[in-house]
Amino acid sequence: MVTQAGERPPRLLSSAGFRFAVLFAAMFSVAAVAMVAVLWWATAIALDRQTDAAIRADAIALTERWRESGATGLAESIDDRITVDVENEVIYLLREVQENAPPRRLAGNLESWPEDTPADGAWFRTRAKHDDIISQMRLHRLDLPGLQLLIGRDEDQRVELRRLLTEGVLYASSAVVLFALAGAWLIRRALQRRLGPAFETTIAIAAGDLGHRVPLSGRDDEFDRLAQTLNTMLDRVATLMEGVRGVSDAIAHDLRTPIARARAKLEDALASAPPARTEEGAALRGAVEQGIADLDNIARIFQALLRIAEAEAGARRAAFAGFDLVPVLADAAEFYAVVAESRNQVLETDLPEHLPMVGDRDLLLQAVANLLDNAIKFTPAEGNIRLAAVQDDTGLCISVTDDGPGMPADDRDHAGERFFRADKARATPGSGLGLSLVQAMAHLHGGELVLADAVPGREPPGLRAELRLPRP
Amino acid sequence: MRILLVEDDAEVARFVRKGLHEAGHMVEHAANGRDGLFLAASEQFDLLVLDRMLPGGVDGLRLVETLRSQANRTPVLFLSALAGVDERVKGLKAGGDDYLVKPFAFAELLARVEALGRRPSVDAPATKLRVADLELDLLSRMVTRGGKRIDVQPREFRLLEHLMRHAGQVVTRTMLLEKVWDYHFDPQTNVIDVHVSRLRQKIDKGFDKPLIHTVRNAGYVMRAEP
Repeated sequence: MVTQAGERPPRLLSSAGFRFAVLFAAMFSVAAVAMVAVLWWATAIALDRQTDAAIRADAIALTERWRESGATGLAESIDDRITVDVENEVIYLLREVQENAPPRRLAGNLESWPEDTPADGAWFRTRAKHDDIISQMRLHRLDLPGLQLLIGRDEDQRVELRRLLTEGVLYASSAVVLFALAGAWLIRRALQRRLGPAFETTIAIAAGDLGHRVPLSGRDDEFDRLAQTLNTMLDRVATLMEGVRGVSDAIAHDLRTPIARARAKLEDALASAPPARTEEGAALRGAVEQGIADLDNIARIFQALLRIAEAEAGARRAAFAGFDLVPVLADAAEFYAVVAESRNQVLETDLPEHLPMVGDRDLLLQAVANLLDNAIKFTPAEGNIRLAAVQDDTGLCISVTDDGPGMPADDRDHAGERFFRADKARATPGSGLGLSLVQAMAHLHGGELVLADAVPGREPPGLRAELRLPRP
Repeated sequence: MRILLVEDDAEVARFVRKGLHEAGHMVEHAANGRDGLFLAASEQFDLLVLDRMLPGGVDGLRLVETLRSQANRTPVLFLSALAGVDERVKGLKAGGDDYLVKPFAFAELLARVEALGRRPSVDAPATKLRVADLELDLLSRMVTRGGKRIDVQPREFRLLEHLMRHAGQVVTRTMLLEKVWDYHFDPQTNVIDVHVSRLRQKIDKGFDKPLIHTVRNAGYVMRAEP
């Protein structure tokens, strides 16, 4: 079957443009994510590390101080540090712990010892009150003999900064997605626009109009290269087709003329041959008449081949016209009904009122005639032949059903080949071109010829030949 | 009849000439388009038999177009190796009256020549056709023989009409196919013979003088004499 691929743009998921676009969007997003990750690491994470580094430096300095001047020096040092810190960032709490007594506060600005404080040396975050404000803080616990020390930094500003940063990243991500989608859409559209003319051209060519060429954008890019290559190919095809047409015309003249000449000579010879009464005369006349019949047969086969070639080349598409299929089929049925009747067969028809179609009336008629002729040839006496036509959503279906021997499945695939004759058909007259023409005709109209058993399972099954033509 | 044959193939021309001559016609021959056009335009002929592909710069189509543009209505029969349906249509459009494809049987050519040559120049508005005691009424679409009414199908009526209009002339199977059915393909089975034999059953059965006769290797003829 000839499917008219490319008449519509491909569906979204199968569109190359769409896939390129998705790839583009994905690459763009990955790049953006990488950038945000770096940004995050460089700011939020770095800030945390800075805080920890400051706390660690404090811890080392205060431990040093304690070693030099004991608990009192340490408390002084803490008070000093709190005093010089104008930003209210530093947090300390130093208390003395003795057995059998509650811990005693020595220095610091943290209001109370947080209850969830873990063991010595731990790093943790908590919310607590210092300098009369409750805030988020990062703390480090350091125990010295008889002393417990908490060193920390207020993180409120950092938390705020991180929130702003997160918000910014979110907004930026949305923008990234939007830009990626827009870019994807642009890429898809650009691809379609650049490929559109090539599409239109190839569709026109496929429809048999070889005059079309892909227009060039003049940018000399990949698309133009492709278009140029296509055009070169089309020029070559056109030259070849022209050649084939020329050959057909030449064959028409150069083969038909000598056949005509030979036939003329034979007819001449027949006119001057001895009368058929004598044995010699009868033999001679018989031979000459057979020669003439053979020549006529050659001319007939040759005519059929030319018509098939013509149909396959799509050259006859120019002759398409709208007509009602029903009278054409009814006429053909009436034409062959008398032959069926003379063989004691019944030819029935099942046709609707009207079946509008666009196509080549002559060729369609010949195709249907070939099918009817075959059906009559292969159906035994008393058999039925049925010509029907229906229209549905997908198109037209003309079917010829017979009571003959049917056709093995293997043969059906070859039935449309030129000169193919099924084993069962060898005894009957015919050239093996009838179904080829039907198939060529079907293809010319964008349809197909389907062969099947008329009644599957019956012996003999009979043949059902369906000409399926798409909606015009 | 005086016939002009324009054909470049010497063998075919000789054969056609000889055959037509034996059938009682006078034949002039031109071997190229220019000479053919000159003869056709300057002399009076009853019929032109033209090849389509001709040497001499004037092909068959041009020749007919030129003649028709000069109001020359001489019937033209194309005899051509170009067999496509389109080619046939081209020939008839250019002003040809009939189209025969090579290779051809001489009987076919002769039947067509005689059908064209004896065509009534003015279409007489006959309403009844008569051959012996067979009568066909074109208005009431009734067929009677010897006063007895015969029922015929519409297509049989047209077949009979064609045979009666050419009474006395040989009508070939291909001519019937083209003129009665307007079919331009070759039905592989002898469908026409079956149609004619059915008609013959209706017209001739029960009457002592048959009117439809078979002409061997040619076709059929309707006439009163055996």
